[in-house]
Amino acid sequence: MRARHWLLTAIAGLAGFAVAALLVIVIFAARQAGHVGGAASIGGSFTLVDDTGAPVTDKTLAGKPYAIYFGYTYCPEFCPTTLLDLSRWIGKLGPDADKLNYVFVTIDPERDTPELMHTYLSSFDHHIRGFSGTPQEITRIAKEYRVYYRKIPQDDGTYVMDHSTVTYLMEADGTFDTIIAYQEDDASAVAKLKKLIAPTPTS
Amino acid sequence: MRSMLKFAIAAIVIVAAIPALAQGTGSSIVVAGPYARATPAAAQTGAVYMTIDNKSGAADRLTGASSDVAAKVQVHEMTMVNGIMQMRELADGLAVPAGGSATLKPGSYHVMLIGLKQPLTAGETFPLTLTFAKAGNISVTVPVQAMNATQDRGGGMSGMGGMQDSKSGGMGNMEMK
Repeated sequence: MRARHWLLTAIAGLAGFAVAALLVIVIFAARQAGHVGGAASIGGSFTLVDDTGAPVTDKTLAGKPYAIYFGYTYCPEFCPTTLLDLSRWIGKLGPDADKLNYVFVTIDPERDTPELMHTYLSSFDHHIRGFSGTPQEITRIAKEYRVYYRKIPQDDGTYVMDHSTVTYLMEADGTFDTIIAYQEDDASAVAKLKKLIAPTPTS
Repeated sequence: MRSMLKFAIAAIVIVAAIPALAQGTGSSIVVAGPYARATPAAAQTGAVYMTIDNKSGAADRLTGASSDVAAKVQVHEMTMVNGIMQMRELADGLAVPAGGSATLKPGSYHVMLIGLKQPLTAGETFPLTLTFAKAGNISVTVPVQAMNATQDRGGGMSGMGGMQDSKSGGMGNMEMK
């Protein structure tokens, strides 16, 4: 009689534990899924160096919304096109252009030194800043921004880069707002930038 | 006198323009409308686009290229997969089917200039030698156009997205000279 009671208690206890464990797993998984798919997951802290050689962090950009694009200067087509498009959109913003930060982050830090990026960016609107860093620092910010990039070695010993082509628009507190797609039309892109400068007031 | 001079200039311009539109006409391979995009300062790479017509009855391949303006020239393919830009050298070259053509254009095939000795500036031209498996070497003169130029095979050119009304600094103002 006593042994049976003990057994029942043990089973009940085990079952309770199993249910609790399952609940924890489900909640954890749901949170993770929310993180992966949610806008809140894009962006985060970083430590890099800008194209003048000055150290920069996510705090450097705080206070102004910003547009951030990841590419590399050895890129023959997509990166110059994106930076040229961004330059044109900045021009269309007029004096309001100063209300945003614009950042070009290299995903090829081995070749893209701050000096090289500085010269490269002299061909585009002067608002655009270049960020580089150590390979580890670049890996980290790419992860924070969910940017895909991969170094592809070629037969001749050189390499090319696969990379994401979107421009992220981030709010002043560093939270994700929206994206501008590669070669998005001017009207749509400029409207997104204007909305980022002066968001619709919420009551 | 003046009209004769004008005629002479016009004649020279027209004659000079013919090879620019269709180069390599002496062979079964004809290269139409080659152009490169201007490159940003310090850029190490550039891209050349064109249409290659194969007038012969045998398939050919663009296997390589060379130019004085770059340390290395390769034939590349670019593809966009789920928003990711991927670029690869075509190890076996680019096929130009018999009686057909191959189109090199932005977002697709291009001749990639690697190790530019100086930036490509709009309005300038440079020589490019294309190597074909059967037709051998064909030299073309490549005009440099705006950084976002696109062009049809006849040489008609357009800059995408209202370059002219740009008020921004730097290359945003760049136009064809």
